[in-house]
Amino acid sequence: MRPTAKNLFTAYFQVGISSFGGANAWARRMLVEKRGWLTDGEFAERLGLGQVLPGPNAMNTAIIIGHGFCGVRGAAAAVGGLFAGPLLILTALCLIHDRFGHLGVVRGALAGVASAAAGMMLGTAFKMVSGVRPSAAMVLVGLAALGLALWRVPLPWIILALAPLGVLAAYREVK
Amino acid sequence: MTDLLALMAGLAQLSVIAVGGGSAVLGDMHRLIVDEHGWMDDAGFARSYALAQASPGPNVLVVGVFGWHIAGPVGLLGATLAMCVPSGLLALGFAGMRARLVGARWLKRVERGMVPVALGLVTASALLLGETALATWGNLPLVAMAITAATAGFVFLSRRSPLWMLGGGAVLGVLLLG
Repeated sequence: MRPTAKNLFTAYFQVGISSFGGANAWARRMLVEKRGWLTDGEFAERLGLGQVLPGPNAMNTAIIIGHGFCGVRGAAAAVGGLFAGPLLILTALCLIHDRFGHLGVVRGALAGVASAAAGMMLGTAFKMVSGVRPSAAMVLVGLAALGLALWRVPLPWIILALAPLGVLAAYREVK
Repeated sequence: MTDLLALMAGLAQLSVIAVGGGSAVLGDMHRLIVDEHGWMDDAGFARSYALAQASPGPNVLVVGVFGWHIAGPVGLLGATLAMCVPSGLLALGFAGMRARLVGARWLKRVERGMVPVALGLVTASALLLGETALATWGNLPLVAMAITAATAGFVFLSRRSPLWMLGGGAVLGVLLLG
């Protein structure tokens, strides 16, 4: 099934307003699990491109996915949907925080959300790995990216070093 | 107003070099906002980050909180646009090129080759975010780790909304730290 620009806006609007802890996990849930517009592999490919391009990767991914379905209109619909809700909610949160940010209750809730959000990203990464079923060579490249990033190597270097290896690993998979 | 323009100019420059996303240049943002211009201190910077995490939406929205701090609602919108528009136009150009090349075998290989890099980077961001969150739990780091691990398991094993776990985490935070 091929979504229209309107479908893309609606889906990405829902992603936007529910995407606590970062949008990628929620975008995958919506596009792969709920709407079935993309497979795990297709989503991971677009996410990969979104990360290699500079700039916010959830937005880049939305542009690539939206454009793939409906051209420039689709890209605009996806990005507009993704940002519309969160910008309003963030404005409200900033207002509230200016008044009540010093309270322990607020700080406690923020801490709890932060820890759960980390777990959500981690669980999504596991899900995508099992959905993609990578070859041994792919797993090695992925582990290298993980290790270098944890070792705080700047991201442009990681991508320069590993993108060619990833393509090499993919070479035998894509006939 | 000059402050907001300076922030926007700095963010627009970061936008086009932020390979790996907004959080990849968080260190550079810190240099711009805390060290160079002194718009906020370290603790304010960390609190801004936590506040953006508590809002739904792409992680890049943290720049909106910086903008808010400098110029209110106009700052929030201006900072977000400055961070998103330059790289967004690049991505749009790339998407157009990709549409013309669709089906090319070398493009398939390049796209497939980015998959493991993306998955490795997502996993690393999750672990680094978990580590940052530890600091906000004071002397209860084990609780923070348990919340992170339980949420990871929940998301991996079930299709239920992760909001249950985020809400549960918030409740635990309020009860134990509030």
